[in-house]
Amino acid sequence: MNWRKILQMAGIVAAVAFLCVLAFAPFWARNEKLAGQLPIIKGVILGLDLRGGVHVVLEAQDTPEAKVTPDKMKELIAVIERRVNQFGVTEPTIQQQGDRRLIVELAGIENPRQAVREMVKTAYLEFKTEDGKTVITGADLKDAVEFKDPASGKIKVELTLNAAGARKFAEVTAANVGRPIGIYLDGQLVQNPVVSEPIPNGKAEITGYASLEEAHNVAVLLRSGALPLKVTVAEERTIGPALGADSLNKSMHAGVVGVAAIIIFMLMYYRLPGLVANFALLIYTLIILMIFVGLHVTMTLPGIAAFLLSLGIAVDANVIIFERFREELRTGKSLRSAIDAGFKRGFVAVFDANATTLITAIVLYFLGTGPIRGFAVTLSIGIVASMFTAITMTRWFLHLVAASGVAKNLKLYGA
Amino acid sequence: MSLHFIRLRRLWYLISLAVILPGLISLAVRGLNLGIDFTGGSILEIRYEQPVAVEKVREAVAALGLETSRGVQQSGEKDFLLRTRHLSQEEMDKLLAELAKPGQFTTLRNESVGPVIGRELTYKALLALVIASILMILYITIRFEFKQGIAAVLALIHDTLVVTGIFSIFQLEVDSAFVAAILTVIGYSINDTIIIFDRIRENMRSRAKGESLEDLVNRSIWQTLTRSVNTVLAVLFVLVALYFLGGSTINTFTLALLIGIISGMYSSICNASPLWVDFKLLERKGVPKAAH
Repeated sequence: MNWRKILQMAGIVAAVAFLCVLAFAPFWARNEKLAGQLPIIKGVILGLDLRGGVHVVLEAQDTPEAKVTPDKMKELIAVIERRVNQFGVTEPTIQQQGDRRLIVELAGIENPRQAVREMVKTAYLEFKTEDGKTVITGADLKDAVEFKDPASGKIKVELTLNAAGARKFAEVTAANVGRPIGIYLDGQLVQNPVVSEPIPNGKAEITGYASLEEAHNVAVLLRSGALPLKVTVAEERTIGPALGADSLNKSMHAGVVGVAAIIIFMLMYYRLPGLVANFALLIYTLIILMIFVGLHVTMTLPGIAAFLLSLGIAVDANVIIFERFREELRTGKSLRSAIDAGFKRGFVAVFDANATTLITAIVLYFLGTGPIRGFAVTLSIGIVASMFTAITMTRWFLHLVAASGVAKNLKLYGA
Repeated sequence: MSLHFIRLRRLWYLISLAVILPGLISLAVRGLNLGIDFTGGSILEIRYEQPVAVEKVREAVAALGLETSRGVQQSGEKDFLLRTRHLSQEEMDKLLAELAKPGQFTTLRNESVGPVIGRELTYKALLALVIASILMILYITIRFEFKQGIAAVLALIHDTLVVTGIFSIFQLEVDSAFVAAILTVIGYSINDTIIIFDRIRENMRSRAKGESLEDLVNRSIWQTLTRSVNTVLAVLFVLVALYFLGGSTINTFTLALLIGIISGMYSSICNASPLWVDFKLLERKGVPKAAH
């Protein structure tokens, strides 16, 4: 017996046990200070399919008045962003996909139908007088550009109206000198500038911005109000919170059963090395959890499936190495050299096999969307992490067990 | 004398054909039962607060002039699954309003996919398969040899055909998750194949004089057999648990994986390596007789 090695082993087991408690134990919730961060598993971001929400693919379409251009898409994103922010959901995501598509994801939204309707309705720009009369609409506006006046240094937004708009605007400004004209987008007040003088030529300037960026944002909003892009819903997927929670519970349950089966199988078939492999599997799970929380990877239902499958890959790496190790033992090698030979020879096989699997995962990532991407990401992380644990953790720990002299009987190693 | 995998290769090829052919025929005659991810369409899953007769739901669907016979599916007393063509926003609103007439309900799932998206998915799925295959042949050519790359990819095509064939025969619904499942199967199957090729590569280095290629490959397969079986078992544990306990949302996905992983193990052992042996033997026959 080598007591130093045994102490080392005990230390590692204790450290991993402590990490597990940090990661999974539910009792942290009772402590007010720690409940925010612990257990770590709470930090995993759940995808729409697990907590309910809506995933919408919007497509901008050309109209006779306007073609879809990168600039127009930027304006469209600005409008959608502003509308989405009104729904008050946490972390909405808006992503452009290709030239003319937007993917919008809203988690845990109360009324998804309403939200989608709000999102795709045509932006409506109105100029209203003090008594609430609409005098100019988005149809009258030709352009809105922010600029810095070189003479005064003031930041301004310049509006250009079309012929009909200019005529109306001349009348209205003449009648409202000294009074404000409110600019509303989708019924919401954007700005309320006061008319300083009648504007006859359809070119108005709005002042009072703190920065060029602020002026730019207003200009974008105004332009988008005049945006004739038609938006259609190409794809809409709503998962109710009930179904999401149900999927989460069921897949967790299935996961626990599946993992338990793997653990028992490994123990029965590989005995002591099986125990070490199970321990490595635990470390593997912890590593995956840290990566998910650390990199803010979103966990989806296919992601959970991918994680469970990656457990299979992690087991596989160990199985390949153990089979090699057993063969080496049978040729009469000592425990130590059999471990090294097993890992050395097994590693080449594991590496080549996992490299090809990684190729499919990467292809899947680049060609897939939404949940399939989640699946590919989880699988890739799983492959890399499983190789790491199998060739470092398992090997090191197996050496430690062998050197400690706790188990000298080769039968324990399955020889 | 234990089973000689390589001498029996004609039998393995026959078994593969026997599994693939009916699937191919079914694919040609009936095709696949494509879900809305491919065809475009809408799926609505709702749960009423009180039990509602299926006729009431059918009436609601019929009120919009939509097909009701296959479109409405009841599970339990309160849950309904409705499949329709792709509905516009207004049509969906009308349908939801009609459905609310028999009683209050909550929406479990509401998915609408436009036809354009579906066409893209088909294209992308095929593209993914082709790109993954080319990259794998490339990788195997670098690490092993070109002929093994071809044999490995043939085994992958085998697995893809087995899974799609079975899905066609039983008319199981194919969605975007199915595409992911096929690619995962490919990833696993290639994994198995590579492990055997790795053993062959190693054994070739220390090949005893007079050992035939058939015997060497057979020996390599036997040496890796425990590993192949054990690994597939580990994955099967998880998949079976997912299939029976994981809920209906990922059922087709798990089923495709289950079939594919088993087929993958078979094709790695009984197709990939034997095919490579055949390629090698052909190569020798191809040498001009003058060389003798």
